[in-house]
Amino acid sequence: MFSYLIRRVVSGVVVLGIVSAIVFGIFFILPADPARLSCGKTCSEELIVKIRHTLELDQTLPVQYGRFIKGIFVGRTYLGGTAAELNCTAPCLGYSFQTDQPVTALLKDRLPATASIAFGASILWLLIGLSSGIVSALRRGTWIDKMSQGVALGAASLQIYFVGLVLQFIFVNKLAWLPTPGYSSPFQYPLDWAKQMALPWITLAFLLSAIYSRLTRAGMIEIMGEDYVRTARAKGLNNRVINLKHTLRGAITPIVTVFGLDLGGLLGGAVITEYVFNIPGLGKLSTDAVSNLDLPVIIGTVMFSAFFIIIANILVDLLYAVLDPKVRIQ
Amino acid sequence: MSNFLEVKNLSVSFPTEDGLVKAVDHLSFSLEKGKTLGIVGESGSGKSVTSLAILGLHKGSTAEVTGEILIDGQDINSMPENEVRLLRGNLMSMIFQDALAALHPYYTVGNQIAEAYLVHNKVSKKVAKERAIEMLDRVGIPEPKKRVDDFPHQFSGGMRQRAMIAMALSCNPSLLIADEPTTALDVTVQAQIIDLLRDLQKEFNTSIILITHDLGVVAETADDILLMYAGKEIEYGTVRDVLQKPQHPYGWGLLTSIPRLTGDPNKSLSAIPGTPPSLISVPSGCAFHPRCSYVSQVGAACSAVIPELLPISSDARHLVRCHLESSIREDIFSTQVEPIL
Repeated sequence: MFSYLIRRVVSGVVVLGIVSAIVFGIFFILPADPARLSCGKTCSEELIVKIRHTLELDQTLPVQYGRFIKGIFVGRTYLGGTAAELNCTAPCLGYSFQTDQPVTALLKDRLPATASIAFGASILWLLIGLSSGIVSALRRGTWIDKMSQGVALGAASLQIYFVGLVLQFIFVNKLAWLPTPGYSSPFQYPLDWAKQMALPWITLAFLLSAIYSRLTRAGMIEIMGEDYVRTARAKGLNNRVINLKHTLRGAITPIVTVFGLDLGGLLGGAVITEYVFNIPGLGKLSTDAVSNLDLPVIIGTVMFSAFFIIIANILVDLLYAVLDPKVRIQ
Repeated sequence: MSNFLEVKNLSVSFPTEDGLVKAVDHLSFSLEKGKTLGIVGESGSGKSVTSLAILGLHKGSTAEVTGEILIDGQDINSMPENEVRLLRGNLMSMIFQDALAALHPYYTVGNQIAEAYLVHNKVSKKVAKERAIEMLDRVGIPEPKKRVDDFPHQFSGGMRQRAMIAMALSCNPSLLIADEPTTALDVTVQAQIIDLLRDLQKEFNTSIILITHDLGVVAETADDILLMYAGKEIEYGTVRDVLQKPQHPYGWGLLTSIPRLTGDPNKSLSAIPGTPPSLISVPSGCAFHPRCSYVSQVGAACSAVIPELLPISSDARHLVRCHLESSIREDIFSTQVEPIL
């Protein structure tokens, strides 16, 4: 088990390395000149040459990449030996062209808002998705099933920017039940935090719970036909135990897989949700970075979300071992 | 001795998009305490549907169940689900054909046996687990204290079926339904399981319904045999009578189709022509008539009138559902069937 974990972590690091190389490569082959981008409006050829030297863009690509990787692990120094020497401590992802802040600090700053959206919404969509899926499966063919699956189909085919804006129009602009979405620290202002996060949570949960509802319903219906569920009935167990302990337990593995990947993906930035509700999270950071061609920030956010997806994958695999005894033994 | 189980006029049908499937059609039989009834028939003859009905497992499904199922005088069919539930696994229990599929893959064997015991007995989890170990020991699992925490996939096929039996017997049921308990097993393991069931039956005086298409298993274990075809009983009597003096052409077909060590290896086996009927459109009259070689001896009645289940002339306890006159039947049996048996 332990060696398995080590193997997974090592392969995760390798994947991150590949992702970083690809992103790094793509952005530095781009026709846009990073030196010119970071130079600003009042710019002269001299200044560009200077900046190019400062950013070490005059080095070959492999050297640049090598220094970038070194920066992540041990930090790096720009303008070494000059009066303006700048020490970027590990993990160093460079500085934003736009704001001159360290990318690592930006990521650290934006993570809490994204994490708030991801965890809050995931709890909500799991609750709604699982319960409606279970009820649908147990009342298959009845109006409850048809209604809930109809709503699920509709919800799954809608888009975040549509649902989000409609909800915002109703609850913020018309009814004024909720403040404009945003982010406050949950530790200092928990109530404000919850109120501001409510719409992003509901919007994301509305769409994703539809998928989970259908997934749960299909899984439950499949497992209900299994022999071991018939055995559970033949033992004289009551329906609650049969449905939850036997049927749902049998159907839960694919749901956990999808959940882990969804959550991992969201932690890298709930891009559209953050953009629609103007929430200062990682997704907003990356969309802003892309529209400004802020290369260090783009590379930083891409690697950060890849990191979460890899972590989520490893966790899902470990969870498999917990959920399925056959995996545990092997 | 009074009958412990009495099934009277049991019919089970399932409405489907293609029409009503009559899986069991006016079936009646009975079983004494401590005795074994073998229900024999092809796939789709209604054996398993009958056994599920006895456990009341059709309740809550779309199946329509009519007739009476009296266990110890209580009618299971008219009883509400929450009362039948308390009898399931307790007064009556069931073991299934494919033990790997019938055991939950994600719970330990011990957990599943203990669960069956806990639901009907007010005891602690610890006591229930001890009961599970005791039952595993009783059905011949070596090192039960260690194996109790194993998952089903860590057991061999025979051990899984033993665990299934341990689970079914954990509450000392008076009636055990074994639905093809040995079909998925090696022949040597089959014999062990049959022996185990027989021993346990002696010890606990359990009545057993053994559902199978294996006539050898029935011959070994059963007291009575019920031969089913298309949801109806077509022959019913003691094992000795039905296997040694079968009266129905279907029974003749079944018995003569068994390969024998003494037979001529170059001669092809005699098979019953045709296939089992669709239960949506059961043939008119005697359901077996399209496959029966003796229709010409009777005439139009075979395809027009459903024969009644009547005792044969020489034995009031041996019932058969066939239009053949008893003298003709005797004649066919002694000239064409008996020599092969």
